[in-house]
Amino acid sequence: MITKSSVHIKKEWDIVGARQMGRELAKDLGFGTVDQARITTAISELARNIYLYAGSGQIMFEIVEDLNKKGLKIIAVDKGPGIQDVSKVMEDGFSTSGGLGAGLPGVKRLMDYFDIDSAPDKGTVITTIKWVR
Amino acid sequence: MPEVLRKIVISNSDVISKKWLAEITEKRKPDYNTSISDSLYHTTNQEFINVIFSSINRQGNTGAMDDFAERLINLGWPLSYITEGLQTFRKVTVDFILEQSDQIDSGEFSKILNVVEDWISPIITQLVNEYSGSWENTVSLQRMALRELSAPLIPVMKNITIMPLVGTIDTERAKSIMENLLEGVMKHHSEVVLIDITGVPVVDTMVAHHIIQAAEAVRLIGATCILVGIRPEIAQTIVNLGIDLSKFPTKSTLRKGFATALKITNREIVNLDNANEDVTQILDSLKK
Repeated sequence: MITKSSVHIKKEWDIVGARQMGRELAKDLGFGTVDQARITTAISELARNIYLYAGSGQIMFEIVEDLNKKGLKIIAVDKGPGIQDVSKVMEDGFSTSGGLGAGLPGVKRLMDYFDIDSAPDKGTVITTIKWVR
Repeated sequence: MPEVLRKIVISNSDVISKKWLAEITEKRKPDYNTSISDSLYHTTNQEFINVIFSSINRQGNTGAMDDFAERLINLGWPLSYITEGLQTFRKVTVDFILEQSDQIDSGEFSKILNVVEDWISPIITQLVNEYSGSWENTVSLQRMALRELSAPLIPVMKNITIMPLVGTIDTERAKSIMENLLEGVMKHHSEVVLIDITGVPVVDTMVAHHIIQAAEAVRLIGATCILVGIRPEIAQTIVNLGIDLSKFPTKSTLRKGFATALKITNREIVNLDNANEDVTQILDSLKK
């Protein structure tokens, strides 16, 4: 049972759309309110990064199953400028846009699994999973 | 060639209309006909075909088409009714013209198609424009309505002001929060401002960043900002994100925040019953 759905991010309000879809899926999967808030916040960060740095991209949702647990996989894909130094953006307080610099390291802490694949001019793919406890 | 075709079509408009009406009634979809009575559907169809023919006949009164489109929009007819109607008209008309001629080679056939296309496409463009114009209008009205309720500032008591925030905070709204906050603090001579985020569904780094900036700006003009309405799940995500909100006081509910605000402005809530007792006690003691 793998359900896939995706939201295109082009405008600022698409972030809200992605968030809403993520929240619905999380609710259906049986996540508690705290985890729902974590998931929606993570989606918000990922979608905002797409909107701010890449201009457009996609947030994809997948329901994943492992042995005896279920989870929500969120994949953020863009074809933007990519990230120069991946280890740098994972440091707290690093930001190129004058923000708080807590986005990506924050997402890593909010979710159970986090993987980032990016190279300059190649775009960015971020994969995260949250397991239902 | 176009003129000849035009003459043929106009002079046989009755036949074409009848065919079109028959086809369109057959195609009538169950999804949008439920609320429309048969007689209204029929008269609208009749009007639609008349509008099409008067446009082909270059009677040139685009006013009639505008009126027609406006009425459809007001009645809430779907755009698909119009596109389907025109596509059916194209099919019926081309079929009719082909029936009239005995032999047609491919060159002539494409010519006929082109002529009919030239009649139909301006009608489609105009009607679709009318429709999308009305949608854009609605969207911009709603955006204006949203902006009006985006960041209200309520002076509840001398020196104490509350800003309740409900809904998603985007960049535009964050900007008006900051502006209204600073303007209101100056106008109401507030010493304490309470920002209530009970109704904000998600606090991500961007929202937190804007709140921190707004609080810092309020501090710069000499007032104190208290963040209230932080729900437990929001508190956890803020900690997970590693956002530092220690620069200004935060409270879980508006009530606790209000108590703190009173303390800052050297006031407190006194129970009136006790006060009455005190007064009677004083009066009693005077009597003695």
